This record gives sequence, structure tokens and C-alpha cells, in this order.
Amino acid sequence: MGKRTIVPFGPQHPALPEPIHLDLELEDEKVIRAVPSIGYVHRGLEKLVEQNDYQIMCYVMERVCGICSFGHSWGYAAAVEGLMDIEVPERAEHLRTIFHELSRIHSHLLWLGLLADAMGFESLFMHCWRLRESILDIFEKSTGGRVILSFTKIGGQFKDIPKESLAEIVIILENMRKELLVVTNVFLDDTSVKNRMCGVGKLSKEDIMKLGAIGPTARGSGVNNDARCLDLGKYKELGFKPILETDGDCYARCKVRVREIFQSIDIIIKDVENIPEGPVNIPVKGMPPMGDFIARIEQPRGEAFYYVKGNGTKYLDRARVRTPTNANIPILVKVLQGCYLNDVTMMVMTIDPCISCTER
Amino acid sequence: MSYSTKSPWIIHYDGSSCNGCDIEVLACLTPMYDLERFGIVNTGNPKHADILLITGSINEQNRDVVKQIYEQMPEPKVVVAIGICATSGGVFKKCYNILGGVDKVIPVDIYVPGCAARPEAIIDGVVKALRILEEKSKALHNKGGKVQ
Repeated sequence: MGKRTIVPFGPQHPALPEPIHLDLELEDEKVIRAVPSIGYVHRGLEKLVEQNDYQIMCYVMERVCGICSFGHSWGYAAAVEGLMDIEVPERAEHLRTIFHELSRIHSHLLWLGLLADAMGFESLFMHCWRLRESILDIFEKSTGGRVILSFTKIGGQFKDIPKESLAEIVIILENMRKELLVVTNVFLDDTSVKNRMCGVGKLSKEDIMKLGAIGPTARGSGVNNDARCLDLGKYKELGFKPILETDGDCYARCKVRVREIFQSIDIIIKDVENIPEGPVNIPVKGMPPMGDFIARIEQPRGEAFYYVKGNGTKYLDRARVRTPTNANIPILVKVLQGCYLNDVTMMVMTIDPCISCTER
Repeated sequence: MSYSTKSPWIIHYDGSSCNGCDIEVLACLTPMYDLERFGIVNTGNPKHADILLITGSINEQNRDVVKQIYEQMPEPKVVVAIGICATSGGVFKKCYNILGGVDKVIPVDIYVPGCAARPEAIIDGVVKALRILEEKSKALHNKGGKVQ
């Protein structure tokens, strides 16, 4: 048994794209305890609801996080629409589903790249990010933005995406699928990658249930908590089935995300086939009434929760977001216990942390 | 001398940005835009870096971190503020935890506005930073200081 040392990790660290600080208590090379401290990215975004009216707040909400920005605007819009009893046109719901799945593909590819970077596989990182650019091109062509889209508003979408553009998206995705197979097979079959991931950071079903982990982290251990099984969006009509793995190690979590990329492509293609004609937004009149409403949405990192409380004026009383990484920090602390110092970056990556979501 | 100043190493720190500008900074280094072909390397060590790219605004907790990174960087050094949040606070200007743009804490040489700043704009900012880096390096040389 060796001496105990405390190694500070972050907030500025080469392996971390975002600032989080961890105090790692080490015994020789083993991590005995990890104490996270956050707050480096805290802005106080929820309080802006007092200064921006409920429609403008949709754009502020989008800036909770730049990776899953579309989902955040959808979640907030859905909560306000629920509060105000607005029925969103069918076509808008379909478009939202398509764009949400596109952002899931781009987010998962980004994560796969960062995972490859964390294990020192630089060329794989580059390939993942190269593929991701084609999704960003789709965003740019259809909405004008690459990461912040400003495509959603209360009551629907800003503009319609014409039939030809939707067909083009399908063609791009079909072409991408072949290239994706090559890249993702490296994650699933390559020996050196498998050596880093198989059996590392095991989480049992009980751990997941006890600590309330969500998203692909939970689904890697066989716990289904995919919010896409709920009513929001068109997932039910498209026959959505969540992807589950049972091993609970880093490899299983990676596999869930890889399979979800292909699943998202299938969902988009099916959605484009089924999308009805019609308006994409309806005019919104009046103010949010007294009362509150909750919307839940499956972000790439897990379930996000939006709460809004109206008071009859154009300013909401409260808009609250519970983001996925927030719920996954307890499980991160648990998975770090007993791992080797060299695996810490892998462990941190494996829950797909998004710190700017967490702290808002 | 000129060939060494034209392949700067950059260090990137995320102040309190929403991640949008961060991933655009990383996108600059990946195959689509590929800054690395010019020898521009993203390093994690402030002592290795010439250009500091900061995204997001300054808040109470990261103020000292930003200052520390800046002070650890060797002269000559250039700071590029990326995104409207790093420039002025942007959409978060009125938030209770935001002090304002990066220039509240450290001197900034180049501002790259945008929400999120586009990779082309970031690259343009870095190219402009190169010129300032060279000027600073010359000024330092004339003063008889060590050129890093």
C-alpha cells in the first residue's frame, strides 16, 4: 500500500475540451476517490428569463450548449407550447425530429472523436470529425448556422425545408453510412481500441439505478430510460426502439452510441418518407397563462428536462433546465473509484460530459 | 526568424462559452479546415504556446484561471477573443455571474465576433494575430529582451 497523493485534474487540461476540476486521491497509481468541483462555466442563464420575453428566450435557451443546441430550443419551445396549449403543425414536428436526430449524429461523432483522442488515436479522431462536417454542411445549407441554428420558435419552425433539400439530406446520409461503417468498425473491432475499452469502467445495473444515471451511459448497462419512448416528437409513429447493451463497460457505452448513429440515420430516412405537406408554424398570440409545464426530451447525452412557469405576462416566472451531464456526475465519481490514473481521461469521456450544459 | 514565428502553437481555454465556439476552434484543426498543415498545433501547456484562444466570457470562478494561463505564457504572446461572449459578454452580458468580455482581465489583441464564430473567421483572427506576434517579437528584440 502506497502513500496517498492528491492530483488536481483540470480545469485547464489537454484532455479536457471543457473546464471541470477533479481532485483525484491516489494510492500509487489507483484512484481511491475523486472529488469534482464545477462552476467554471456558470453563467446564470436561467435568470435571463426575467429580462427576455418568452419568445426571445427560445434563442437564449439554445445557447445552453452549442453541441445539442437544437434540442434545447425544442425542449423549451415544447414546454412553452404545452403551457400555452399550442398545437404544433405536423410538418414542424417531423422537421424537429429530423433535425434533432441530425444533431444526435453530429454529437455522437464528436464524442467518438474525443474518445479516440483520449486514448491517443489521433487519426481516428480526425476521421470522426471529418465525417461530422457533412452534418454541419446540412445544417448550414438548410438553416444558415453551423452550430447554433436558431431554427425553432414557439409554435413551429421558422421556415420550411423544401422537398428537394430533404431528398438531398437522405442522399448525403446514405453516402455517409458507408464511410461511417469503416470508421466505426475501428471502434468496435480494432484490438488496440478494444484493449483500452473492454472491461474498463464497469457499471452494474444497480449502480445506474441507484445513482440515477441517464442516456447512453445507462443504456450501456441495460437500463432503458430513453425519453424518445415518450410522446414528444414523431418517434412513436416511426416505430422507435431504444438501443440497449448489457456489459456496462466503456466498450458497451461506445457501442450504444455507434449503433445510435446508424439508428438516427434510419429514423431520418423514414421520417423524410412520411413527412406530410402543410404549414410549419402557426401564429402565436397572447401570453403564457398562470401555471407550469414540464417537457422531457432525449438529448444525445441523455434525458433533459425543461420546466416553465408562467404568470400571465410576457415574461415567464421561471425556466428551468436539468441537463443530462448534471445527472451523470454522480456516476462519474463512482466509475473513477478504483481506476488507474492513466484511464481517468477515458472515464471522464465515457459519460460524454458537457460542462456548459451542466452549469448553464 | 520569420519561419519560426509563422507556425505558432496555440492554447485554447473555454471561459464560460456555450461550447459552440469551442467546437468551432477544434473544427479549425480537423481535416475540413486543417490549420495543422501550417504547423499550428493545439497544445495543452501554456508554456509552449504563442497564441491564447479564449472562448466565452469571464466569470468569478474562471477569472484567476485565465489570468494564470496568460501569465504562464512566455513573451511574445497574443490573445485572441473568440465569439461575441469573449468580446463583450454577448447574450449573457446581463447574467449575474458574468463580468464581461475577456479584456476585463487580460489584454486582448484580436476580437473575432460571431455566435458561434465561424471557422473561417477564427482562422482570419489567427492570421491577424500572427502579424501582431511578429511585431511584438521585433519590439522585444529591439529592447534587447530574449526572443522566445
